[in-house]
Amino acid sequence: MRRIEPAAVLGVMSREVANFRTFWRSTTFSSLMEPMIYLLAFGLGLGTTLVTQVDGVDYVEFVGTGMVATAVVFSSALPAMFGTFVKHRFQRTYDAILAAPVDVEELVSGEMLWIGLRAGIFGTFPLLVTMAFGLDPAPAMVLVPFFCFVTALAFAGFGIAVAGSVAKIDQFNYVTTLVITPMFLLAGTFFPIEGLPEWAQVLSQFNPLHQLVVLVRSASFGFDAYDPVRLAALVVLAFAMWRLAIDRLRRRLID
Amino acid sequence: MAAIELQGVVKTFGPIRAVDGLDLDVAEGICLGLLGPNGAGKSTTMRLLTGQAIADSGSLRVLGYELPRESKEARARMGVVPQLDNLDIDVTVEENLKVFARLYRVGDIEAAVDRALALARLADRRHDAVDELSGGMRRRLLVARGLVHSPRLVLLDEPTVGLDPQIRAEIWTLIEALRAEGTTILMSTHYIEEAERLADEVALMASGRVIARGRPNDLIAEHAGRRTAEYYAPPERRAEVRAAAEDAGLPVRSAGPAVVIVGCERAPDGLVPDEAITRPSSLEDVFVVLTGEELE
Ligand SMILES: Nc1ncnc2c1ncn2[C@@H]1O[C@H](COP(=O)(O)OP(=O)(O)O)[C@@H](O)[C@H]1O
Ligand SMILES: [Mg+2]
Repeated sequence: MRRIEPAAVLGVMSREVANFRTFWRSTTFSSLMEPMIYLLAFGLGLGTTLVTQVDGVDYVEFVGTGMVATAVVFSSALPAMFGTFVKHRFQRTYDAILAAPVDVEELVSGEMLWIGLRAGIFGTFPLLVTMAFGLDPAPAMVLVPFFCFVTALAFAGFGIAVAGSVAKIDQFNYVTTLVITPMFLLAGTFFPIEGLPEWAQVLSQFNPLHQLVVLVRSASFGFDAYDPVRLAALVVLAFAMWRLAIDRLRRRLID
Repeated sequence: MAAIELQGVVKTFGPIRAVDGLDLDVAEGICLGLLGPNGAGKSTTMRLLTGQAIADSGSLRVLGYELPRESKEARARMGVVPQLDNLDIDVTVEENLKVFARLYRVGDIEAAVDRALALARLADRRHDAVDELSGGMRRRLLVARGLVHSPRLVLLDEPTVGLDPQIRAEIWTLIEALRAEGTTILMSTHYIEEAERLADEVALMASGRVIARGRPNDLIAEHAGRRTAEYYAPPERRAEVRAAAEDAGLPVRSAGPAVVIVGCERAPDGLVPDEAITRPSSLEDVFVVLTGEELE
């Protein structure tokens, strides 16, 4: 592993910040509106007619805390996949960056960190929205941005690795359909996974989004003994995805 | 020390030998034109120099640094202007420059950006988004971005390909200013005029290697004589003249409805018909004489 220079990583991030400043309004708007719409539809619709409480928690609060994971995956994996592909293939941004004293490691690290930070902030929006729907603030909630950050790093790395592996942009459809959507639905956001068949429950334990959902609910309603393990697993996954993303993108960018 | 030293460099893509035993030295302070047709391996050579392609074999040194091992040190001191625009179009002119000033670890970013803006004559557009600029302004910005860190060596890959003549002239002015400052330049092109006008020396590249190298006038004198005749006539008449020129040992080729006799001042009296048009020989003629292929 070569030395990673902070100046190069920060330079890559500063490019993202400069671009983000041109579209932050629309992204922030949808990041706030999405959970509101979901909470109104699911929480109020389902919560007032079919279910009122899950595990002793109001259904609105159950869904609202779970939607943190939804916000994280959709503001990390998808931007990483599409953003990386577009910057590489259509805008040729990476050609320009790699001609400067920036290596692929630093490029990937900068892109992942930026997505991680952004998703760390956007991930908390559902929590804030749910507070408006009655969720009580808890001191441990200050950890939620960090949980989101670590999970988003993993998904950003995954997205970059996918973008570095596909030949055409429409192949992302396979990834969203086969990986992202099942993870999103089986994260325990909308219904507790304890109600699923045994095998699906076991599978869910390997779903990082499920682990994030559990951590966010723990921060909101109380931690359990396994939570440090969940966090450690997410950190390990983020590290593995970082290395994978570097490897895949290097193959793609360096002839 | 030469700014660029390449020896026996080979780069293959599967069965394609994009660079095939390339030897190339570029002395400090000169502008070298790498002149060759599409597919000659010019862009691959540029990518090898920036560490974006790794050679299969051969040795590469840039500004004294050995590639690919010390590529990052070399890249810090070298500027690159790509063939295709890759500016961030939603972002302002100034921000585009700032980002690259940071990537190049420039100390005084404001001063570097001001200098680049002055160079590109875009100071009054600094707060505009790139997609509000005209084509010529965008191109000047692209060049200025590659110079934001005042590099000692600049790589220009086909800097004016596909541009209209006015924008091309603007870019040439920029490159001339750079030459005047003594910056070492490696510029690839397949435009004869560009090479003749801007380059101190030209390396003719074909099929991944340099086939001739020297000052434009020396190359022309050596391989194409002083003047070249173009003779427009019916096919039978052209065939006769062509046969006579070949018998006299002169390089000759067909170009559409004309037969072209290179170095026609060396022809025996009466061989070149009076109706033929003669013009000074050019690098194009040199290229055709050496490879049998046209450049543009
Ligand atoms: N990444 C690549 N993969 C496969 N072939 C390539 C790649 N890059 C260049 N080539 C091939 O190498 C040859 C030289 O290309 P290039 O260096 O782009 O030439 P030039 O810039 O002189 O037009 C061409 O045949 C081109 O198709
Ligand atoms: Mg090219």
